[in-house]
Amino acid sequence: VDKDVARGLLRTMWRIRLFEERVAQLKRSLQVHGLIHLSIGGEGVAAAVCGQLRDDDAVYSGHRAHGHAIAKGAPMNAVMAELMGRVDGLCLGLGGSMHLVDKPHGFMGATGVVGGNLPLALGTALTSHLNGSDQVTVAFFGDGAVQAGHFNESINLAALWELPVIFVCENNGFAEFTSRSEHSTIERVSDVVAPYDFARETVSGSDVPAVYDAFGRILHEARGGKGPFLLECLTYRRRGHYEGDQQKYRDAAAEEEWRERDPIARLTESLNDDAAAAEIEREAAAEIEAAVRFARDSPFPDPAITSGLVYAT
Amino acid sequence: VSDEMSDDVGDEITFVEAINRTLARALREDERVIVLGEDVAEGGPYLVTAGLAGEFGRERVRNTPISEGTVCGVAVGAAQSGLKPVVEIMFIDFLTLALDQLVNQAAKAHFMSGGQLSVPLVLRTQGGSGQRNGAQHSQSLEAWLTHVPGLKVVMPSGAADAAGLLRSAIADPGPVVFVENKSLYFRREAVTDPPEAIPLGRARTLRSGRDVTIVALSRTVEAALEAAGGLAKEHGIEAEVIDPRTLVPLDLDTLARSVKRTGRAVVAHEAVTAGGFGAELAAQLQAAAFDYLEAPIQRVGAPYTPVPVSPPLEDAYRPGAREIVRAARVALEWGDYDVEPWDKGAIAPA
Repeated sequence: VDKDVARGLLRTMWRIRLFEERVAQLKRSLQVHGLIHLSIGGEGVAAAVCGQLRDDDAVYSGHRAHGHAIAKGAPMNAVMAELMGRVDGLCLGLGGSMHLVDKPHGFMGATGVVGGNLPLALGTALTSHLNGSDQVTVAFFGDGAVQAGHFNESINLAALWELPVIFVCENNGFAEFTSRSEHSTIERVSDVVAPYDFARETVSGSDVPAVYDAFGRILHEARGGKGPFLLECLTYRRRGHYEGDQQKYRDAAAEEEWRERDPIARLTESLNDDAAAAEIEREAAAEIEAAVRFARDSPFPDPAITSGLVYAT
Repeated sequence: VSDEMSDDVGDEITFVEAINRTLARALREDERVIVLGEDVAEGGPYLVTAGLAGEFGRERVRNTPISEGTVCGVAVGAAQSGLKPVVEIMFIDFLTLALDQLVNQAAKAHFMSGGQLSVPLVLRTQGGSGQRNGAQHSQSLEAWLTHVPGLKVVMPSGAADAAGLLRSAIADPGPVVFVENKSLYFRREAVTDPPEAIPLGRARTLRSGRDVTIVALSRTVEAALEAAGGLAKEHGIEAEVIDPRTLVPLDLDTLARSVKRTGRAVVAHEAVTAGGFGAELAAQLQAAAFDYLEAPIQRVGAPYTPVPVSPPLEDAYRPGAREIVRAARVALEWGDYDVEPWDKGAIAPA
């Protein structure tokens, strides 16, 4: 990738990284609420995929969704306010970390049900197909979702109907607390979809230019109405399943592995411009602090708003 | 407006034809409407969608694999992206497989997104016993759905209501579960073409009476009318029969007004009594009309067992006019020395 693209990817990754590190702190002081699942270590996939999409392309995600929402264009202030349960949050404080939605930027939603959004992504892709539009739908999911019934039903249906949907698997090797090998005899998710014979590729999620290139090729095809596709990114989950997870299932080698696989460190090294990289990090840090101030200044919603939002009118 | 003003009462058609005709009209009038589900392009087991694929094509009338959960989710995604899907779950018993998508996604998307998303989908399904199909193809599970804020639940009792309510359900901006009853499918009734849209949340009083109010759902509406005829003829009791037509939203005003006037109420449905929607009706009515009640509200429903197959057993299982008459008489004779509460459907005691 050229230098401008690389700088853009680095900027998105720092924005996600520093947002999530700040969220981890705020969780410890109970200023953000509920179950918090961080994607530290996997920011490169969000940056490389969402960075190439248009606002009218749809993205669906799972429970580990902050990075996808931010990379798709959700305003940092509103994401932070949402996690803090404030009325200026993306969803008025009614959704929270696991249910972010930013429709104007095509972030159609996170979900707290593992694999639960995969069928919805098909529905959005079916809409594009029937409308004759060139919009593309991306469905992010983890390797833990692959054993869910919805995944298997969805890949069958997407292949059968040739929908313009791109499944992007973030295979971090863990389904919650348990390693993939204890949940399935199939190591690579691309092998799970192999019988359906749709185009698929597996790349290292730590090698962000590689993710960018692979997704770019797939996107070009999907834009022409082809599909489905699978991009499997082998990522590293730096944190526990959720904040507060004791991670007793992890071994001492994790620290060393992290040094090899941090996508920010790797891209920074290849950029070879420490001053520019430091400036990007500083800008992101300032944006996050401004978002925290914004969220703290935003009031909690009036309890009376809930009854008016049960049914659309 | 001219539709509503028509004097033409329409031809007598079956419930199935009324649904079919309403779906065809919706597909014709609005290109955002699609129909999807197992075998819908072939018409399905009861021919409800027969001929639609021929007129509108197999892209819009779309057969799906036997993947209820994912198909329901596809409808949710399509609905929040601009289409108006009508998805069919062939038997309500299989709604169990789609409940995650219906309950966790469809019902909550509008709320959780702070109003950004809306899910204008109709999920059509059918329940009820009477065809010797056994415990996995005969249930009445509508009460589960009423427990989930965000869903609307419609249960028509005849062809004209089915057409008019389906029209409103398709026009609704949120998810509506439309529960048909297989025993009603081939009953005929005059239905205008186009059908008059019936707003969701408006009960219908089918018979006026001063002595007792019978609130009946779906198939038991017909049984309630039969019971009312018998009560009048044999006992001189005048029963008022009301069909709420939609469980959510519920037209409590119409029901409560009637109960305040009669002072006695029976609630009837085909579902198992225990935990059935009749419990909610009874609770709401006693709160709304407590000072007017002369007797405890009586519930009629199925016993606390799965639906049996053997014909005499299934016939005995199905609540009908006989049970409604008995419940009405208990309500009317309450306070007399030997009246026992009608409680056939009690939950299994610990």
